[in-house]
Amino acid sequence: MSPGVIPAVDRSVGQGMAVGARPVPPSLKRAPLERRALLSEALTAGAWAAAIIASVPLVSVLYMLVVRGGARLHWSVLVELPPAGFEMGGGFGNAIVGTVVMVGLGALISVPVGILCAVFLAELGPHSTLAGAVRFAAKTLTGLPSILAGVFAYASVVLVTGTYSAPAGAVALAVLMVPTVVLTAEEAMKTVSRITRDAAYGMGCTRSQVIWRIVLPTALPGILTGVMLAVARAAGETAPLLFTALFSSFWLVEHGAVKLMQPTASLAVLIYNFSGMPFENQIELAWAASLVLVMLVLFVNIVSRLLGRRRA
Amino acid sequence: MSSLEHAGPPGAVASAPSAWDFFADRAFRALATAGAYLILLLLAFILWQIGRKAWPGMRDYGVGFLTSTNWDVGRGHFGILPAIWGTLYSSFLALVIGGFFGVVMAIFLTQDFLPPRLAVVFRTTVELLAAIPSVVYGLWGIFVVVPAIRPGADWLYSHLGRIPFFGSTLSGPGLLPAALVLAIMILPTVAAVSQDALRQVPYRVKEAAYGMGATRWEAILKVMMPTALTGIFGALVLGFGRALGETMALAMLIGNSNQLSLSLFSPANTLAALLALNFPEAGPREVAVLMYAALVLLAITLLVNVAGGAIMAMAGRKAGK
Amino acid sequence: MKRTLTTLVLATGVAAFLLSTPPAGAQDRVRLTGSGASFPFPLYSAWFKSFSGTSKSVSVDYQAKGSGAGIQDFINHTVDFAASDAAMTDEEIAKVPGGVQLLPMTGGEITLAYNVAGVKGLKLPRDVYAGIFLGKVTKWSDPKIKAANPGASLPDQDITVVRRADSSGTTFVFTSHLAAISEEWKKGPGVGTTVKWPASDKFVASPKNDGVAATLRQTPGSIGYVEYAFAKFAKLEMATLQNKAGQYVAPGGKGGEEALASVKLPADLRAWLPDPEAPQAYPIATYTWLLLYKKNADPKKAAALRELVDYCLTEGQKVSSQMGYIPLPENIASAVKKAAANVQ
Repeated sequence: MSPGVIPAVDRSVGQGMAVGARPVPPSLKRAPLERRALLSEALTAGAWAAAIIASVPLVSVLYMLVVRGGARLHWSVLVELPPAGFEMGGGFGNAIVGTVVMVGLGALISVPVGILCAVFLAELGPHSTLAGAVRFAAKTLTGLPSILAGVFAYASVVLVTGTYSAPAGAVALAVLMVPTVVLTAEEAMKTVSRITRDAAYGMGCTRSQVIWRIVLPTALPGILTGVMLAVARAAGETAPLLFTALFSSFWLVEHGAVKLMQPTASLAVLIYNFSGMPFENQIELAWAASLVLVMLVLFVNIVSRLLGRRRA
Repeated sequence: MSSLEHAGPPGAVASAPSAWDFFADRAFRALATAGAYLILLLLAFILWQIGRKAWPGMRDYGVGFLTSTNWDVGRGHFGILPAIWGTLYSSFLALVIGGFFGVVMAIFLTQDFLPPRLAVVFRTTVELLAAIPSVVYGLWGIFVVVPAIRPGADWLYSHLGRIPFFGSTLSGPGLLPAALVLAIMILPTVAAVSQDALRQVPYRVKEAAYGMGATRWEAILKVMMPTALTGIFGALVLGFGRALGETMALAMLIGNSNQLSLSLFSPANTLAALLALNFPEAGPREVAVLMYAALVLLAITLLVNVAGGAIMAMAGRKAGK
Repeated sequence: MKRTLTTLVLATGVAAFLLSTPPAGAQDRVRLTGSGASFPFPLYSAWFKSFSGTSKSVSVDYQAKGSGAGIQDFINHTVDFAASDAAMTDEEIAKVPGGVQLLPMTGGEITLAYNVAGVKGLKLPRDVYAGIFLGKVTKWSDPKIKAANPGASLPDQDITVVRRADSSGTTFVFTSHLAAISEEWKKGPGVGTTVKWPASDKFVASPKNDGVAATLRQTPGSIGYVEYAFAKFAKLEMATLQNKAGQYVAPGGKGGEEALASVKLPADLRAWLPDPEAPQAYPIATYTWLLLYKKNADPKKAAALRELVDYCLTEGQKVSSQMGYIPLPENIASAVKKAAANVQ
């Protein structure tokens, strides 16, 4: 605490002190050179330095992405099909559709399951052994290499249905997304204050109503962060899709019929394929696809934040 | 309508739950419990699938698999000690760097160091980086990071080469470039989740600290952070998990060499990269061995989480929580 | 609450619509899916795309994920055809009921690309390049290299060897060649899609052909083995190698065709050329195969496959060399055409 002693109202407390010594009232003047203040300023400078240092690589990645990807970003690139070999031009429209469909389906599977599980962990049985086991499982699953999620989905879906398909890709992505959603949603729900909850109980709500109407809406920003992180990661994963959805140079919709049970293109696999080819055209397209992917996620991010804000 | 429906005085806001409310409550709780079981089942199912394929490998190679450094497919010798070492080394390094900077970023963005609009822009940009595909990070590592650190690495090697950490030359892919790129990859996750944790701390708490005469950083470090600690720790767990399992970028940057070395500049190997690089071309015997390696990776994740939980519990007890 | 319910209902409706099977008759195009080797991927993608464009009833997709993964897909019947640089072993063939028809479609050369300032047209004798990859020859100024290149100014620089980080058919072919020309290699690292490379700091690994090419471009004093198309389009210098007959042959010319033609294909069309004997043959070349089921469940698909093979053997061969691959010699092409009739 500050140097000096808080003056006691009753001076007779100072009996044990030397005669003539008076407790010094604390100085309320701003003292920027005092040790603790200096320390704080130094830490602020340190934090700024750290933020700048951390921004350098982040800016570098974004810069490379924007410069190389932007060079090739035209409308045609978004609606045409991938070029082969020596071909010029072309685009990755089908890959955009494929990514949206598979990540969307994956989210459709993982987000409800993840939130339900988090509800259990945060509200219904936070200290039970089941909760401990489930938390453990979720944390372990965060370390699952993406290629294993692909191998798992291959064995569970592709071999069973006999074909590569978009739903198989969605399952692999869902496996990768679920742990993030569960862990962040649980943390978000734990922060809702007891007072609000007790008030709701006092009004006669059942536990589910408390969860639905109080906890979830309040925790929504935190949950959305988790969902966005999960979606962002899933959109950029290649290895799981190589084993479940493969790739296709054609549209998902043909002659008015949507066929999901067939190999499906995706931006991540396209980038993987094209960045490894020796042709300039393909490499440029790979960069443009990376930029489009990031912009897509940004778009979803902004939309979800806007929607989340309105509810609260 | 149950007779409890209007138990209070007429016109009261509060009322007891109706029969439908009770039913919905039970159904929802059942669903939530089912969700929890589903996660558990998912892990069990994955373990079973992998274990089934790994069994021949485990049977043939036993524990020696974990301590051998020999990987010779042609002769059937397999050992993943260098991969285990590389996984732990690179992930810890990435966690230290990425975790530190991620938390600092989170503090920077939530504790009024920037005007609020600017902070939102920053925050969205950082979150965006989580969406960049691994392949792009790998390419960035090859084209930007390796050339950028090569002069520094050469200087360190020639002047401080005695220290084992700098004991070899950087000839391209290696441990340090991989760890640096990995740190950048987990930074957005750590930063985003930590920001949420910090933002959940009521402002009153900070004001109370100021009221007691704390400096800005005393308020942050001694009051805000401890309150947000479980959230920040959760962020670190997520980041570490991602680091352990990162496949594509590391496959491009780690060098795939089965050497055990302390040097930051020598090529190394990680379990996830080993899997990614060898699985596509693997014959049945190699697949079993690779699945065994996958189980080892999951076991490592498990052990690290246990250790982390124990550390948290000890810290919690010390803080008198 | 109401809003979430409505969105849920809408979402389920959309999902149901998406997952519903289209009415019969709406699918008039036959879709063929293949996976496997990445070595011929650039060429195959060009072939399959133009074939799908010109054909009225067939669309073909191909994904490169490695010969081994392709063979696995093929055995599991999750694809209609596969591609492999290493053909198939007898035990793998045995796992496919109904039999497998292997068809060599094209060939490729593996070059030793290098990055040494000011040195063009480097000549490497057999024992020298084997020695480099064994870690025995360690400097560019080594007397043996100097002896083979009297006019070149070779720097006194360490040789950095760039090898593949991932397991690949390219490594398999390259190591087969090294084992054929060097006893020491055969006893040491041996042959395989991955081998145990000499433990040296100067051996660096990068994944996939393009990774090796990028590392070569960025590391002065390096040498590595890359598929010809990648070296050509990355504008890397390629070494001229000494073949069995003692001649120095550069990659990219007629040397590849000579190598392919010098081998007599057995009945099952699996042949290796680890060390071709023809006087002007380029020493490191290989066929790459398409794997097809002899018995296909769907006769329309079988017909489509035969159509595809026919296209690749006629129109397809015309673009092979421009894309960096070796066109099939005449006699081989006709043998393959005959064998394609086995696909039913």
